[in-house]
Amino acid sequence: MTDSRESPGTGLGAPLVVLEDVNKHFGDLHVLKDINLTVHEGEVVVVIGPSGSGKSTLCRTINRLESYESGTITIHGDELPSEGKALAKLRADVGMVFQSFNLFSHKTILENVTLGPIKVRRKKAAEAKQRAMELLQRVGVDHQAEKYPAQLSGGQQQRVAIARSLAMDPTVMLFDEPTSALDPEMINEVLDVMTSLAKSGMTMIVVTHEMGFARKAADRVVFMSDGAIVEENTPEEFFTNPQSDRAKDFLGKLLTH
Amino acid sequence: MLELIEQFNVLGAFWLNIRLAAVSFVLAMVVGTVVAILRLAPVSVLNWFGATYVTLLRNTPLTLIIVFANLGLWLQLGIEFVPRENNPNFILENNFWLAVLGLTVYHAAFICEAIRSGVNTIPVGQSEAARSIGLGFGQSLREVILPQAFRGGITPIGNVLIALIKNTTVAVAIGNREIAYQMRNMMEFRPDAGILIFLIVAIGFVILTLPVGLGTSWLSAKLAVKR
Repeated sequence: MTDSRESPGTGLGAPLVVLEDVNKHFGDLHVLKDINLTVHEGEVVVVIGPSGSGKSTLCRTINRLESYESGTITIHGDELPSEGKALAKLRADVGMVFQSFNLFSHKTILENVTLGPIKVRRKKAAEAKQRAMELLQRVGVDHQAEKYPAQLSGGQQQRVAIARSLAMDPTVMLFDEPTSALDPEMINEVLDVMTSLAKSGMTMIVVTHEMGFARKAADRVVFMSDGAIVEENTPEEFFTNPQSDRAKDFLGKLLTH
Repeated sequence: MLELIEQFNVLGAFWLNIRLAAVSFVLAMVVGTVVAILRLAPVSVLNWFGATYVTLLRNTPLTLIIVFANLGLWLQLGIEFVPRENNPNFILENNFWLAVLGLTVYHAAFICEAIRSGVNTIPVGQSEAARSIGLGFGQSLREVILPQAFRGGITPIGNVLIALIKNTTVAVAIGNREIAYQMRNMMEFRPDAGILIFLIVAIGFVILTLPVGLGTSWLSAKLAVKR
């Protein structure tokens, strides 16, 4: 088992995010079962699996939006602090993109992107603004900078959310089903941004149902079912030659539609 | 009618109600916000303090609180808000502030709950997003939660203000010469004009409270957080 956790084949950097024997319950439901996962610097890991398999919980546990009962999670070798300033500091370094975007509704697009750099990183307003405009340009919504989130389409909002995370210069980015709340025609604009981010060398953990993205951008696919990691492999191997019955069943259902 | 209003200085009496309401409202907003923060804080001792404050103050009759301010705080404990020496208006001025104190602590409990109802209009994702860019509890509250909570809570906060304006009449219980005091005077000296006196006072309050209701409706539509 230990060997299969190592990233197959690719010459990636040092271990960045390491989960060891992580367990979590929601009441009686065992949502994370002995999760072991190592994500290396520069690696793009896509987590897939049926609904309720615990993949979103896994993603949220990594920046402690969800607590866990046992096991350890380390980032850069430091264990996740459980609360307070140390936790806030860690979260500043871990970007998070949500399914429902969660842009600050009462702030403009520009303010959304500059809030963290100004309040957490203590950057000067002018400097934060300049960087924010560069990032908004990179994700293609710089023309909307003075608008409010509700005035933008879902795809635009999600791209702003990515820019907001990038503005913190994170060491790793978490994506929790970033395209699941989007209309079909907007999915690609978000996936394109994510793909170019992956190519730029960003370390990414992506929970998604977008198999095309997994094939194109992932270094490794992690398949979860019933709270456990059932299988992990390169996208090519996983999609063409799944090993477990659960994965075969899951992929079979996808392809018949 | 005008003659009645002039003779008994109805406008002056209402002016005292307005001052009581204005000062108490500002202070109640401050205290209410602090209590709301206690109730929202991730520390259970603080939650307990906040909840106890609200339960205690919200369920005590205002008359009791204001009379306690006078008999308990002033006469028993000697708490005075204005200098006593060479001050012929000492009693009146001190009673004003004792009434402000009572009105403030009582309505702060309702303001706290109005703000919390505003907080409940905010999707949980807003605070998750705030936390995930590294904002601490205080920063999330200041930058993300409270600004949206005040906007979402404008209508209930307006209701508290309307209640507060009318509740200033309770200040008569400790000798404030506001409109309820003046109404009693008028009834005593002009029993023939009873109904008119009631109408004058009632209309006076409508004139004070109606703009608050209209204003909060307008503000709440204008400042609504679009989602």
